[in-house]
Amino acid sequence: MDFLTLMQILDASLRLATPLLLACLAGLFSERAGIFDIGLEGKMLVAAFLAGAISATSGNVWLGLLAGIGASLFLSLVHGLASITFRGNQLISGVAINFFAAGLTVVASQSWFGQGGRTPQLSGAARFDPIVWPGAVTKIKDLRNADPLTQAYSELLSGHAIIVYVALLMVPLSWWVLYSTRFGLRLRAVGENPAAVDTAGISVVKLRYAAVLICGVLCGVAGAYLSTALQAGFVKDMTAGRGYIALAALIFAKWRPWYALSACLLFGFLQALALRPDVLERAIGLKVQVQLLDALPYILTVIILAGFVGKAIPPRAGGEPYVKER
Amino acid sequence: MDKMPKWADVILIPLISLFLAALGAGLVLMATGQDPIAALGVMIEGGMGSSRAWGYTLYYATNFIFTGLAVAVAIHARLFNIGAEGQALLGGVGVAVACLQVPWPHWSLAVIGALVSAAVFGGLWALIPAWLQAKRGSHIVITTIMFNFIAAAVLNYLLVEVMKPAGVMEPATASFPTATHLPSFADMLGVVGIPFASDAPANFAFLLAVLACGLVWLLIWRTRLGYEIRAFGHSETGARYAGISGVKIIVVTMMISGALAGMMSVNNVMGEAERLVLNASEGAGFIGIAVALMGRNHPVGVFLAAVLFGFLYQGGAQLSFQLQIPREMVTVIQALVILFTGALDQMIRGPLERAFLAARKGRA
Repeated sequence: MDFLTLMQILDASLRLATPLLLACLAGLFSERAGIFDIGLEGKMLVAAFLAGAISATSGNVWLGLLAGIGASLFLSLVHGLASITFRGNQLISGVAINFFAAGLTVVASQSWFGQGGRTPQLSGAARFDPIVWPGAVTKIKDLRNADPLTQAYSELLSGHAIIVYVALLMVPLSWWVLYSTRFGLRLRAVGENPAAVDTAGISVVKLRYAAVLICGVLCGVAGAYLSTALQAGFVKDMTAGRGYIALAALIFAKWRPWYALSACLLFGFLQALALRPDVLERAIGLKVQVQLLDALPYILTVIILAGFVGKAIPPRAGGEPYVKER
Repeated sequence: MDKMPKWADVILIPLISLFLAALGAGLVLMATGQDPIAALGVMIEGGMGSSRAWGYTLYYATNFIFTGLAVAVAIHARLFNIGAEGQALLGGVGVAVACLQVPWPHWSLAVIGALVSAAVFGGLWALIPAWLQAKRGSHIVITTIMFNFIAAAVLNYLLVEVMKPAGVMEPATASFPTATHLPSFADMLGVVGIPFASDAPANFAFLLAVLACGLVWLLIWRTRLGYEIRAFGHSETGARYAGISGVKIIVVTMMISGALAGMMSVNNVMGEAERLVLNASEGAGFIGIAVALMGRNHPVGVFLAAVLFGFLYQGGAQLSFQLQIPREMVTVIQALVILFTGALDQMIRGPLERAFLAARKGRA
């Protein structure tokens, strides 16, 4: 495997890791506040659909992004209503949200565009274009003859949609918010011991709603990225389990932002390899089953969960509705 | 003192939830420019209007009874098994192995063999998440989700690389031999002279599903194990003080749950397709969640909810056929049922309980 191929695979890894990373950080905020969220998948899906649909009809990708975030926020509110206000089962609410999104996006896109559950192809201003950094080589022929440093710079660093860079910046930002601000301290506390937070005179309900809404915004960006940057338009079921992989990455990272980045890059790398089985075969000289690569994130998560590679301990109050003492 | 009479809990709340879900579905239909009343008419005609319609409705219901029972049994031990889908897929592998590897002389023997094989495959697929929950404290919801994906990958691998007959492109097993074909409703009812549509897929497995309802009822409410399962689900610490082993309950309950989910494949793989294809369970494992929630985890409730969802599924197919409303409309209804009966239960229960309390005070 030559250097350029490696760069191409890493480049694909970064692009595929972006939605995982955003969804993973979304789940991190929610679960750190004690609200389990298996509805990441559904929120991404509605965001992908509405972002694709609004971008296609308005021709403006930024409007699409906003619409996607709005759709995701709506489902976040439903989840908050069910799991915070009505103290329902958070897992069941998440399952409902996922099905709702899977069904509604197809029904709505069919009645809106009549193209078999997809939105029209996006181009131009209706899509996030790659940002080419100054001095980057874009022609594949020039790139092949360039030195490794230029290759790495042009393939890996330059040429991504803005959301990719935003997602990467979200990691230090989340880390700072969670560990260096008062809000972050309270957020983490409400996921460990909500009664203590309540005793300190801080509203558990408000904090948890804030966390759930942050989760909605991030899932919205992740979904919009899928339909307006990674691909050009929404297709039925386009999240393809990414919400669950993000959940797996979150456990893998043991609910910490920087580890979430590495877990998502790893899972993105696995997805990129699954797209290029030929490269992998040449590299290790063995035929590798594509199905194994597909299943690897899930298998790794089960191994982590089994505690064979360190123990993943979730926030202590996760999944438990908070009932104020009377 | 109970806040509500039992009938309100068992009948009124599910009906209100169902009504709200129907209302939500109606709104979605109206937003897409369809007439909900006309759509309901098409669904009733297509799902219950003829023996063929009933043949499809009961065929789907058979799938949902098995997966609904699977989820319900697990919930009695307070385990949320989202993995019925994967367990059903593996059950399909079990059915395929039994039907293709053993030269059965008659379907009545084949169905027993397939049932056992499906139960073993499904049960073993649930064993690993169960063991991880019991011994290592890994959350069963997350592990069963992961095992659904792993099951899909395993099935994909098996069909593409192992079980596919040579020289065939499509990832599917060979068709099962004729001796393993289950009698359809038309065959069975024809014996007593009742005509039934011969092109409907409902088959002998429906009777097995009804039998399973009875057996699950016996298990949960009439056996020592069922008592232990319910005690454990009620209070883990309480059960432990009573000398009930948590590890045993988790593992046994999940294996029963997985076995029930796996047995669904006797209906769809053996009774209908008569071969194993990719994604054979088609989401029935997830519908089992809605069925169990709606049926209040009681076999009778599960049966009724499964027939309702069978009707929705078949009626939904007619919707896409006649009104060009995508089949996914059923998924929306399913989601709304799960939301209202499962997650927003308190929203309906709270005001209702207050109303009953007020009424009782008024009388006293």
